[in-house]
Formats: sequence, C-alpha cells, structure tokens
Amino acid sequence: MRRELLDVVRVEEVGPYRLLRLKRGRVESGVPGQFFMLAPPGRLLPRPMSLCLATRSELGFLIDPVGPGTRALTAVVRGERLPVLGPLGNGFRLDVERPLLVGGGIGIAPFPYLSERLGRPPAVLGFRTKAHAEAAALVPNAKVVVEPRLVTELVDPERSVLACGPERMLRAVAALAPTAQLAWEAPMACGYGACYGCAVEIDGELRRLCVDGPVLTSHGRGLTPVMSERDAA
Amino acid sequence: MILNASGCLDALTAPEVAQSLDAFVTKTVTPLPRQGNEPVRIAETDFGMLNSIGLANPGIDRFLADTLPRLAELGVPIWASVGGFSVHDYAVLCEVLDDRDEVAVVELNVSCPNVSSPEEEVEEIVAAARAATRKTLYAKLSPAAPDVGAAAAAAARAGADGLTLVNTIRGLALDPATLEPRLAQGAGGLSGPALRPIALAAVFAAYRATELPIVGVGGVETGGHALEMIAAGASAFALGTVLFADPEAPVRVREELEREASARGFATPLAAYAAAHGGPPPTPLRRVA
Repeated sequence: MRRELLDVVRVEEVGPYRLLRLKRGRVESGVPGQFFMLAPPGRLLPRPMSLCLATRSELGFLIDPVGPGTRALTAVVRGERLPVLGPLGNGFRLDVERPLLVGGGIGIAPFPYLSERLGRPPAVLGFRTKAHAEAAALVPNAKVVVEPRLVTELVDPERSVLACGPERMLRAVAALAPTAQLAWEAPMACGYGACYGCAVEIDGELRRLCVDGPVLTSHGRGLTPVMSERDAA
Repeated sequence: MILNASGCLDALTAPEVAQSLDAFVTKTVTPLPRQGNEPVRIAETDFGMLNSIGLANPGIDRFLADTLPRLAELGVPIWASVGGFSVHDYAVLCEVLDDRDEVAVVELNVSCPNVSSPEEEVEEIVAAARAATRKTLYAKLSPAAPDVGAAAAAAARAGADGLTLVNTIRGLALDPATLEPRLAQGAGGLSGPALRPIALAAVFAAYRATELPIVGVGGVETGGHALEMIAAGASAFALGTVLFADPEAPVRVREELEREASARGFATPLAAYAAAHGGPPPTPLRRVA
C-alpha cells in the first residue's frame, strides 16, 4: 500500500468544476469507478476521488471545490506534488451489453474514463445550472438536462445502466432500472478499510463502502456489492 | 516499539501496514456484534478529526472463530482491545481470551468518549479483568479524567500491567451553513494534532503517578512527536489518525525517530525515555510487553 507523490500538471476550469491534471508516475489507472485518495495541501485527511481521465502520461480528477479539502486540491499549481493512494475499492463491471451512463452533477467525474473503456456508449447527464452543464463536454455522446428537468426522464431501463450522482438520483435510477450499477459516495478518512467512517447499509447491515463498494447495485431491494473486474481477476 | 491505535487499522484489509508495526491492536471487541452508529460518522476539523464509529465489531464469538485465526497468520503480535458496558462484560471477554495463544496482550478500552468512566469504575473493571486472565493487561485511559494521574494509579492498584494513553476526547463540529452537527450522533471523539498536547500531558502525569509502562497515543505524526512521547514517559507509542492519510507512516516515523534521537545525542530513541522529567535517566526502563 504505497502513496505516490504525483506532479501537478495544471488545474483547468470546467464551468464551476476544476479538472486537476497530475503526471501519472507509476500509478495504475484501475477499473473505472475505483477511486483514489488525494491529499490536499494543509489538510489532515485525504479526499476520495474517482478517476476522470487517464492518458499514458496523466491522470485527471474532476473536482467540485465546495469545501476546504476540495478547494485546497484545486488551488495547487505546477511544481507542487500531491500524495495519491490508489486505485482503491471495486469499480464498475464492464462486461455489460448496451450500456447507458447516467450522471448527475459532479457525479459525472468517472464518466470520461468509463466511456472510453466502454467504447463511448450513450450518456444522459443532469446538472443544477447551465454553468455546471459545461462539464458535459468531457463525456462523449451525452444528452444533457438542466434543473428543473431531471436526468431520470432520459433513463432507458432496457439498457445496462451505470450511474453516478447524488444519492437521491441514484435511488431514483435504481427504482427505474433495478439492475443498475450505482457508484455510491460516503465521507472517507482512509479509503482502505481502516477508519470505518464510510458506513453504508449494504446487504442489510452497515458496511464499509471503501471495501464493499463504491460501485453497488440494488436488484430492486437494498444495496449489494457489484463484482468488478478487479474481484474477478 | 510502534503500534497502531485501536480502531485505526484493519490488519485484514491492509496486512502490509500491520506487518510494518511491532504489534497490531485490534478494533475494540464487545460481547455482542455491533453495527456501529448511523452515518455520518467522521468529520475533519481544523486541527483534528472527529469520529463516532460506535464500536462497530463482529462480537467476541465471531472474533474468536473467524477474525483472530486470520490475524494470527500475519505473524504480528496481537493486542486484543476489548470493551463493554459493565464490569461483567470485561470479565467475560478477558476470560474467553485467556487461553488464546494468538493474543499477546489484552487492552481494556475503558475510555470510549461516549461512555463515562469514573476512576472507581476503571479500578473495578481492571480488577475484574485481572481476576479473569493471566494475560498481560493494558488499561486504555481517557484524557478527560479530571486527574489522569489518579486514574493511572487506580489502574495500577487494580493490577494493570501497563497503560495506553490516551483515547480520543469528546468534541463537536457544526456545519457552518446549517449550524447542525456534522456527525449524526452530534459529538464524537477528537483525534489528530489537536489531541497531541493533551496526550503528552496525560503520559507525563501517568509516568509520575505509577511505575507502569506506558504506550503513548494521540496525534503522533512524525518521529519528532514520537520522541516527545518517549521523553514524557512512554516506552512505546501508537499511530492513529495519521494512518488514515499515510499507510506508510509506521516505516517513515520509525526512520524519523532514529534520526531525531541521534540528532539530539541519544544512542537510541529509548535513551530519551522520561527525559522531560529531568534528572538522570530512570532505571530500569519500564518496557512495554
């Protein structure tokens, strides 16, 4: 379990969000939906972020600078280095037919990488404002709605849904498409099973999202883990 | 000697981190399984972290049948942390651990920040545990006691073999927008850098009040911090919150500690033992089990 110090390449504006680009170093990109713990300068705890972009030389993380940690992560400049731990957790299952990506707000963060890995399937994305919707440009083949319209209007339950967004959206998606894969979120201090902070009700009991998720499915009932490529390997 | 603070590492999900320690301290085990508290359970504060995990654990039966044999395979000495809600709970837990060779030390968690533990209760719990097991017994004390030295002395009187100082101290964080508590339970246990001077004061006081060896815990992030713990009277120390950010902290802190000690003219880190108390180094050194 090694943290790598990655060089900051730059931080780009994407509407109100920021795309943090780091030199990739020796870090594996992992399965889409897995996450990385990024340590913000000057803060005690790292923050969990899913990978947005992976090229041969860079890793990109789409971040909404809403709190002290995310603001510190997006205030870095070239020449700084950030400790990065990962990939962690279980990502999306990619052996799906007719995939549809369903995203809300900053929940679209893993989609550019996921879309590439799935051969650019259709995506439907919902945002709070037009400014936030600028991030849709990062996702190929995307249809976009802005509130008060909701992304659930565009969900075709016949397709294999892979979703990421706020909990209310994920629960609504699960109700429409019971086999949907849902990239869940919870506050985490460590990301590797040490802190027990990220408890979510999984299989009827409070369990660690970083160990059993973050990608879950509902099968029309409570949440249950998804067996990802990493587990199968 | 470097340990983890109980509840700050799962040796089964991060075996290599546990193997970088001199001993692994389990998450506190209770008689019955506990799911723990409803989320949100953690919050970062300006100088620390709050948690209200709520002693989530599989319960002693599953711990003995499933967890402990798997932990033993890691080849690291195991300290079993136990907790309960009555003196009887502690006695029962110690009794069932007594003949388990996998367990090197039993640490009594008598200091969960959400359970009050007055001095009399500490003494009673330690005495009951002492009667129930021949294992080496450590009492993990709270820094919130009005007189930590008196609590340490009470644990010593009751038959503890050592002390772990400290557990977290209760704190509260509010969401600046809603002014509601950030943790679902309201208050939680404060750890990290904010706890460091509090832990240091507790170790200092307990060293003066008892002859017991002390494991110093609370905000240790660097070798320099560890050296201060040793100087205050700890002969071992544990890493807690720092492990969340840096799983390689045990390796790093161990190297830093050697350097920091040597830079101050100490032949080994433990040569700085009790240096904060003045006078010649006390002999013999109270070694941790």
